[in-house]
Amino acid sequence: MFVPVQRFADWLVYGIFGLAKDSKLGSALNFFVFDTIKIFILLFIIIYAITFIRSFFPPEKTRKILAKNKGSVLLGHILAALLGIVTPFCSCSAVPLFIGFVEAGVPLGVTFSYLIAAPMVNEVALGLLYGMFGIKIALIYVISGEIIAIVSGIILGKLNLEKHVEGYVYEMNINTEIEIPDPTVKERLIDSLNFTKDLIKKIWLYVIIGIAIGGFMHGWIPNKALAPYMGKGNPFAVFIAVAVGVPLYSNAAGIIPLVSELTRAGVAMGTALSFMMAVTALSVPEMILLRRVLKPKLLAIFITIVGLGILFTGYLFNFIIA
Amino acid sequence: MVIKILGTGCSNCKKLEANAKEAVSKAGVSAQVVKVENIKDIMAYGVMRTPAIVINEKVKAFGKVCTVDEIVKFINEEK
Repeated sequence: MFVPVQRFADWLVYGIFGLAKDSKLGSALNFFVFDTIKIFILLFIIIYAITFIRSFFPPEKTRKILAKNKGSVLLGHILAALLGIVTPFCSCSAVPLFIGFVEAGVPLGVTFSYLIAAPMVNEVALGLLYGMFGIKIALIYVISGEIIAIVSGIILGKLNLEKHVEGYVYEMNINTEIEIPDPTVKERLIDSLNFTKDLIKKIWLYVIIGIAIGGFMHGWIPNKALAPYMGKGNPFAVFIAVAVGVPLYSNAAGIIPLVSELTRAGVAMGTALSFMMAVTALSVPEMILLRRVLKPKLLAIFITIVGLGILFTGYLFNFIIA
Repeated sequence: MVIKILGTGCSNCKKLEANAKEAVSKAGVSAQVVKVENIKDIMAYGVMRTPAIVINEKVKAFGKVCTVDEIVKFINEEK
């Protein structure tokens, strides 16, 4: 599918610019041109398709299903984690969603399964992983994220942490019976297109920066050069990747071009992926938002559990992928 | 007419507010555009996804940045 794009990049960089194929600058620029076009095409298709599909799974519906489920607790966690993949929410909605779920009677642990799955299994990351690394990597990414969300939610639910939620959350008197709009397919297509354009406008700079760093690595860092430091041989590599990734903030779409370059340079796949998850799932802006509903202790527990989950994913990947 | 924009202040909320103001002048009605940023007041409408638009105390849309034309339609519905 991307052969013509590669031809274009070759023609532009080696033909028009006249750079040598084996020069550092030529190879970096070629990577940059090719990846920029490829990733924006992938992003557009993936975001548009996912936005359309998930317009059928609004969080209001999810909440209704989860609040009604009085039977098996495990089923509640599984449902919450699955719905976390498809249910849209921009991080500025994290607080109203949290309150809305808890107020409607969704158990705290189940709410956390949802809140962990949503950023952890990022649908854009999933689509890009599939587009760039194939189905196997994409599947391990989803399954491990889901397991982390389910297990963490169960643990958090057992710890009786309700008193560590800010008191006002329980004192609100909210209307949980809001009417869910049911747009036509045409309206959904138009809404999804608008959303896709808005999202790409919001993340394009992160993507370009990610690709530019990737391009630089492509030109100047030889294959496997990082393997002695960040390869499988270093048991602390995953830990370091997470520690470096947490304070960084970017969109998943900006990190994936880097992930592919990191692996080429010899960083183990699991290590590169846990770096990506640390950057996207644990971000300072989102923590500040969640602090408005979670007392410091619960927020710390939440960060610790998600952090451990990411470490687990990293080691799991490194173990599975030979 | 009172148009309320519910949102805790992210960029989407600001965009919706701007669209609402444009829609008011486009529809040629006299309406007040008010921002509601307090989380308790937002939740009172039952909205879980921001930004949301409320016209004459009726939630017209939530979780998306409505276009100017969509808001004009809402205004005409509530006139």
